[in-house]
Amino acid sequence: MSVAAGLAAGAVRRYRAGRRFRTSPAIVVSGSVIVAATVVAVAGPLLAPYNPDLPQLSQYFFGPSPEHLLGFDASGRDVMSRLLYGARTSMLGPLAVTLMCMTLGSLLAVTAAWRGGALDAVISSGLDILFAFPGILLAVLAAAVFGAGLVAPVLALSVAYTPYVARVLRGAALRERAQLYVAALEVQGASGVAICLRHLIPNLLHLIVAQATTLFGYAMVDLAAISFLGLGVQPPNADWGVMVSENQQGIIQGFPLPALAAGICIVVVVVAFNILGERLYERGEARQ
Amino acid sequence: MNAEIGGALLELDGVTVRLPVEGSMRAVLQEVSFVIRPGEAIGLVGESGSGKSMTARAIDRLLPPGAAVNGRIRFGGRDVMTLAGADLKRFRSEVAMIFQDPRAHINPVRRIGDYMTEALRTNAGVPVSEASSRAVALLKSVGIDDGERRLRQYPHELSGGLLQRVMIATALLTKPRLLLADEPTTALDVTTQAEVLAILDDLRTDLHLAMLFITHNLEVAAAICDRTVVMYAGQIVEVRSSSRLHTDPLHPYTAALAAARPNIEATTPRLLAIPGRPLSAFEAPAGECAFAPRCPHALDVCRQARPALIALDGGLSRCVRAEELRGRLEVALHG
Amino acid sequence: MHLRFVLRRLAMLAVSLLVASFVIFSAIFLAPGNPIAALSGGRSLPPESLRTLEVRYHLDQPFLVQYWYWLSNAVHGNLGLSITLRENVSDLIASRISTTAGLVLYASILIIVLGVSLGILSGFRPGLLDTSTLVVTAVSASLPAFVAAIVLILVFAVQLQWFPSLGNGIGFLDQVRHLTLPAFALAVSSLAIVARVTRSAIREEARREHVQTAISRGIPTAQLIRRHVLRNAAIPITTISGITVASLIAVAAVVEVVFGLAGLGAYLVQSAQSKDLAVVQGISLLLVTAFVLVNVLVDVLYAVLDPRVSLGSRAQ
Ligand SMILES: Nc1ncnc2c1ncn2[C@@H]1O[C@H](COP(=O)(O)OP(=O)(O)OP(=O)(O)O)[C@@H](O)[C@H]1O
Ligand SMILES: [Mg+2]
Repeated sequence: MSVAAGLAAGAVRRYRAGRRFRTSPAIVVSGSVIVAATVVAVAGPLLAPYNPDLPQLSQYFFGPSPEHLLGFDASGRDVMSRLLYGARTSMLGPLAVTLMCMTLGSLLAVTAAWRGGALDAVISSGLDILFAFPGILLAVLAAAVFGAGLVAPVLALSVAYTPYVARVLRGAALRERAQLYVAALEVQGASGVAICLRHLIPNLLHLIVAQATTLFGYAMVDLAAISFLGLGVQPPNADWGVMVSENQQGIIQGFPLPALAAGICIVVVVVAFNILGERLYERGEARQ
Repeated sequence: MNAEIGGALLELDGVTVRLPVEGSMRAVLQEVSFVIRPGEAIGLVGESGSGKSMTARAIDRLLPPGAAVNGRIRFGGRDVMTLAGADLKRFRSEVAMIFQDPRAHINPVRRIGDYMTEALRTNAGVPVSEASSRAVALLKSVGIDDGERRLRQYPHELSGGLLQRVMIATALLTKPRLLLADEPTTALDVTTQAEVLAILDDLRTDLHLAMLFITHNLEVAAAICDRTVVMYAGQIVEVRSSSRLHTDPLHPYTAALAAARPNIEATTPRLLAIPGRPLSAFEAPAGECAFAPRCPHALDVCRQARPALIALDGGLSRCVRAEELRGRLEVALHG
Repeated sequence: MHLRFVLRRLAMLAVSLLVASFVIFSAIFLAPGNPIAALSGGRSLPPESLRTLEVRYHLDQPFLVQYWYWLSNAVHGNLGLSITLRENVSDLIASRISTTAGLVLYASILIIVLGVSLGILSGFRPGLLDTSTLVVTAVSASLPAFVAAIVLILVFAVQLQWFPSLGNGIGFLDQVRHLTLPAFALAVSSLAIVARVTRSAIREEARREHVQTAISRGIPTAQLIRRHVLRNAAIPITTISGITVASLIAVAAVVEVVFGLAGLGAYLVQSAQSKDLAVVQGISLLLVTAFVLVNVLVDVLYAVLDPRVSLGSRAQ
């Protein structure tokens, strides 16, 4: 799944029943998952019981035991420790994409909506052209040119996702700009930058946060895929996408646990971000 | 009232409607009874949320899913609630509804021609060409001359006023006997409102059509309706011939409605608002007059029981003090 | 009106492709080191190979001239030589394109047929099916293709042994059999999204006021659903289906790698790993073109379905 369809589903989501926002179990659970994943990303190395990089070839795909809850991977490394270590790169990549993309997207959207006219036309058509690149493809291209690793794909995905973010935000910013209070502030002589920073962006914040949450989930999927393809995080570094790829042979050989465990980590975190993003989006809609 | 039933086209008898809201059933109409005779225009007025639209929807069997209806609705002597199959189809072609917001009530992705003729083609089996020429003829009668062109256009290409005329023409296309018009002019600007009202009034008289005309505006109701029903909190509080309603209201709420309208000629410098907030039926206190909390004439007697409709001077009023307040209502409000 | 929309969209398409091709071409100049090093992926090449590269890329000419030569070659189907395989990139692409096209087509059919039907069913029938669809699609919408792939392999190839887990197969039926698990892996998240959007679009359209009008006029239920609910819901459904199908073009690479399919995407990844830039450029150009074309198609369909459409705007 790509962010394109994900964010588009967000845009089409106005067709959903406008449910009232309540602190439902879904929000509590997905929020807890995200907090837990963040804690592990920060403190994973402290929590990990073993050295994640120490191969014990004799323990190749050795099953779970009380000391090694998830057993060993294809190189005889402790799977649990690798998962805990891997959380960091697995979360850091999407975080970077989200931050860059939201910053760039909001700036472009607000500038285009505020200035309008020729500048808006230039920004909008620039964004339209960027739509030509599917995120994964641009990331593969970047990895081919600048070398495999986290940096090139993160930059590539940030660029590729910006138009999706900016398009929605620009629409919202245009609606906000048409509000009476904006005209009132302009008449009072407030500067454009001040109105944008103090009023426009704060009023779009609920949408920005909802989008960032959804975007994080999809960036995680795409970055994990890039790492899975061997173009992102490089082995032997622990990363959930890398772990699926390293242990893929185990699926056929009858040792599915290491690959599945990493896959499940990705899915659980992504589902949490998606559900939370969706609820935040609905709450924003309800507030309007 | 029973004496009138013989000639009634539509008869509502003790209609109570409850809707499911967050798990419980809430009343939105309580014991609504009135009749419409063939060719007669009845106005239905009241504040927002008083249940005017629900009354029309109950008549037209358009209530939201899960609605519970008590009481009886009869059209042409038949029980509307139990109609099915061909009978229901005939009922729908004999009762036409005009909605407040034509833009929302016409499918935006189909052409005007499709919208106008769909019911004729589907239910009466009228061929497309004949249905279209009938549509063009009716468009002419609502003041749209280039009907052929309009039929090929999409709703978003027409202004609100034009679209409302299209809706009126469409409602008349199946030759109905009763028209339910739910605030047909509220979404239009003032000049267009007047035009559309005039068209509606003319056509109705020409075609000898009965009409339930829903509006906020007592004056409009008085201008085009024979009798007016005033609703408050899901109940009828007054029924009166339109000509008398204005000058000689029988219920304090009617008087307040009349006084609250902006009146250019009146010497009152500002718009008199009715104090307090309009209530829905389920919010109204049970054992007292529903209007008592906002009524300037309320006494202890008003809070002891819910008043019944009492006949007075050819009309009906749900005010225990109706007789004694007669003639003093307007004065009291302006004073 | 529609013609103008299509023309304008085609102009945008041309500009998009031009810019995209320029970005792809510039890649060899953005890479660390000189273009020759980039093209050879850092390998030391015999002098005659270096000559060939210099001539082919017109490296002695100004940048824009080089781009022009490269682009016109590409348009004529000449995408250069693969360094590692010493083969013609166009030939390599041609031998692999059918696998990718078949995979994307198969997955698209799954998405549109299964996703839309599931959405329609649960949209019209609240209850157990609807609730379970909602829960299942909430999770599967977030399922990365490669995770879906290993789960499918585990269940249907290793345990049930219904489908093969690797390779392309020979003959049509065998190829379809070999593509089945990959197609499901590729389709599953998009299918879930399409089902969810379809469901809510149908709920939303069924609640519209104009549907009330049609009921009040005695339009029979079947016709009401067909002409007023489904017809109007088709607008968001087409949009989301198109967007998801377009996204498959890039994601197919991941699935091809998992299932060892000899498709364009797997080849792209392999070339990216071995820094065979000529191949990366060629395949990227092709995939971007396909992606943009599908998106244009969606926009045109959208304009056909929705008479209110204004130029260049999608369901926003
Ligand atoms: N779908 C619904 N479910 C539950 N309650 C509803 C629903 N629709 C309307 N109501 C309630 O029914 C009551 C009567 O509403 P109705 O639409 O008949 O008012 P109205 O007199 O037509 O007002 P307006 O002048 O605003 O059109 C209101 O209190 C409203 O909140
Ligand atoms: Mg109403």
